[in-house]
Amino acid sequence: MSTTTAVVTPDVTTAAGSPSPQGPPRRRSHLRKRLELLLLLGPATVLFVAFVFFPLVAASYYSLFDWNGFGPLTRFVGFDNYAKALGDPLFQGAIGHNLFIVIASLVVQLPLSIALALLLNGKIRGRTGLRLLVFAPYVLSEAVTAVIWLSLLQPNGVVDGLLESVGLGGLVQLWLADQSVVMFTIFAVVTWKYIGFGIILFLAGLQGVPEELREAAQIDGATGWQTTRLIVLPLLGPTIRIWVFLSIIGSLQLFDLVWIMTLGGPAGASTTMASYLIDRGFRRYEFGFGSAVAIILFVICFVFALFYQRFALRRDTQGAITGRVE
Amino acid sequence: MNTRSIRKTVAVSAVAILSMGALAACAGDGADSADGTTTLTFWHNGTAEPILSIWQDAVDEYEKANPDITIDVVPIQNEDLETKIPLALSSDSPPDIYFSRGGGQLATQVQSGQVADISEFTSDWLGDLGTATENWAVDGVQYGVPYTSQVVGFWYRTDLFEQAGITGAPTTMTELHDAVDKLKAAGIAPIAVGGKDRWPDAFYYNTFAVRECDEDTLKKGLAEADLSDECFTKAGQDVIDFIATEPFQEGFNGTPAQQGAGSSAGLVANGQAAMELQGTWDKSVMQGLTDTDLDPLLGWFPFPAVEGGDGDPSATLGGGDGFACTQEHAEECADFLEFLSNDDIQTKLVESEVVAIPVKEAAAATISDPVMKSVYDFNTDAAYVTTYFDVALPTGAGSALNDAVANLFAGQGTADSVAEAVKAAK
Repeated sequence: MSTTTAVVTPDVTTAAGSPSPQGPPRRRSHLRKRLELLLLLGPATVLFVAFVFFPLVAASYYSLFDWNGFGPLTRFVGFDNYAKALGDPLFQGAIGHNLFIVIASLVVQLPLSIALALLLNGKIRGRTGLRLLVFAPYVLSEAVTAVIWLSLLQPNGVVDGLLESVGLGGLVQLWLADQSVVMFTIFAVVTWKYIGFGIILFLAGLQGVPEELREAAQIDGATGWQTTRLIVLPLLGPTIRIWVFLSIIGSLQLFDLVWIMTLGGPAGASTTMASYLIDRGFRRYEFGFGSAVAIILFVICFVFALFYQRFALRRDTQGAITGRVE
Repeated sequence: MNTRSIRKTVAVSAVAILSMGALAACAGDGADSADGTTTLTFWHNGTAEPILSIWQDAVDEYEKANPDITIDVVPIQNEDLETKIPLALSSDSPPDIYFSRGGGQLATQVQSGQVADISEFTSDWLGDLGTATENWAVDGVQYGVPYTSQVVGFWYRTDLFEQAGITGAPTTMTELHDAVDKLKAAGIAPIAVGGKDRWPDAFYYNTFAVRECDEDTLKKGLAEADLSDECFTKAGQDVIDFIATEPFQEGFNGTPAQQGAGSSAGLVANGQAAMELQGTWDKSVMQGLTDTDLDPLLGWFPFPAVEGGDGDPSATLGGGDGFACTQEHAEECADFLEFLSNDDIQTKLVESEVVAIPVKEAAAATISDPVMKSVYDFNTDAAYVTTYFDVALPTGAGSALNDAVANLFAGQGTADSVAEAVKAAK
């Protein structure tokens, strides 16, 4: 990432800032650059304003009203919707469920995908096939994944049958119907779907670890584990930080899998912030309230992204995102 | 600027303008084309056969008779409609004809200002459809038209009842409990329920309330979204007590209602559960989920009488399916709905067993299956039919009711909690 920046940055600064010996041509090229920038960014800006910025402003406005989605906005309630949402035990539970997925992902998926990436990076037989296999679930849409697992997990279904056939019948659960089990089931499906993505990301990251460093370490007498811990993992740092970022944002917005597999049930045991939002907005026609929930979700993600970028991603993205581009 | 860069600039601007044009094109609905034909959009929930073909054939026939009308048919899965309709009604281009169950749900949708008053276009022929049409009127204004009425009762497998040694269909709660015990003893899951979807759970609370409350209390309670009367509390307790007898299949809180062989309808269709409390449409849903011919295997009985309840034992929970119209092509929509309710299509619906209770009495004569006939007769003789609570109540309260009953099924809440949830959502 930093290599790309190094190439781009000087070019931009020269064009914009540094004095040029010839007046008029510099000016023209400067204008042209602006024009090109405008034209090239135009479509993206239009799309951004239409599908991100405008809905955001609209939702913040709607969130101040008691509104069922139809007719004029007449019942202004200020921040009541926010207070109601944050005070609702079901929504508090939903935040808890999202946090569970966030933490479980960091604790389980991260080490697992790094370990598998290290394994698949070595010279083992059938490596390509294995890589394909772990990546396959990521290609499926969440909806398809959910439908597949919904049928696999039904009582006396394929999963139960498999467990029984290998003598683990005692582990059989009401995967989606038991309130104390359902979040673990959903996390397992999330892991099944997204682990391939993590592995591919880390495999790519591992390509950036110079072979000479490993060799040098070997010559110095480091064991395989020492090499991994002291050389490979630190160099994988930027990739890990990006993965953590994507994983947390994804976990906070978890929706499709939950909606199709459980509708947030039973009794709210698998409700996430996003499923709560859709349930209130579209099933109960509480659009004002739903908008408030959407803004809460947005603020949580936005604040997290901001802080994460400021503190964790700082080194990785120096100049690329936070740098001065005029 | 040299020619090359000019060309480049022009090309880039063209792309930018084109992409904005494409965006604008997305927004338009293009309902009326230049050649004078009108295009209507028609959303229905008949995604499975045979009803999918029945609606498509009807549309083809209608288009042939009306060359100036084109109808875009969009079949949408039942559960998806719940979210798609409000979204469409808050947009600028809602469908011209859309599936509707009437009641408080339709009344909520009317507030969008998009639903059309079709009173003047239907007044000539609406009377032919009987009193079922009242459910598609709000404050005396007609917004839609039904094509079928429905009642909720127990569908059961006669072969499994026989296997468990049950001689007759239960008529009292005691007999129902007895049947449940016998089925359990025979190793058969007594009752299947699609708890994941919540509304099937609510059928239990609703039917218990129909048995516990007298007609006036029911009507008043639903009209005012106020279920504080003691009889509703009794209904809540009845649900809790009934769940305590463990009559349902394993993992019922995670079971979908009508999708796939693992759904509650699928379990009964494939002989893995003996009963299901469902609406009249359930037979055709079940038949779609199995290769076995269900005709000789299925029976039906109404929800049993509840001892000490104030409700008439012949009263029932029910409702209907129909379509509503939106403003832009209200007249064309009403004309199409008149066509849909003709005897020919009504008969086709009855013969395919999609519809047990047609809105046209003439079509009822063609009901050949004795079980379907008994359902029809029960509905015809019912003292009164109370609309599904979630449809009768304003949408927010109805949905809150379903959630609260689903919580009872998951072991959470008290006899009062349903009424409290409705009050809070009002």
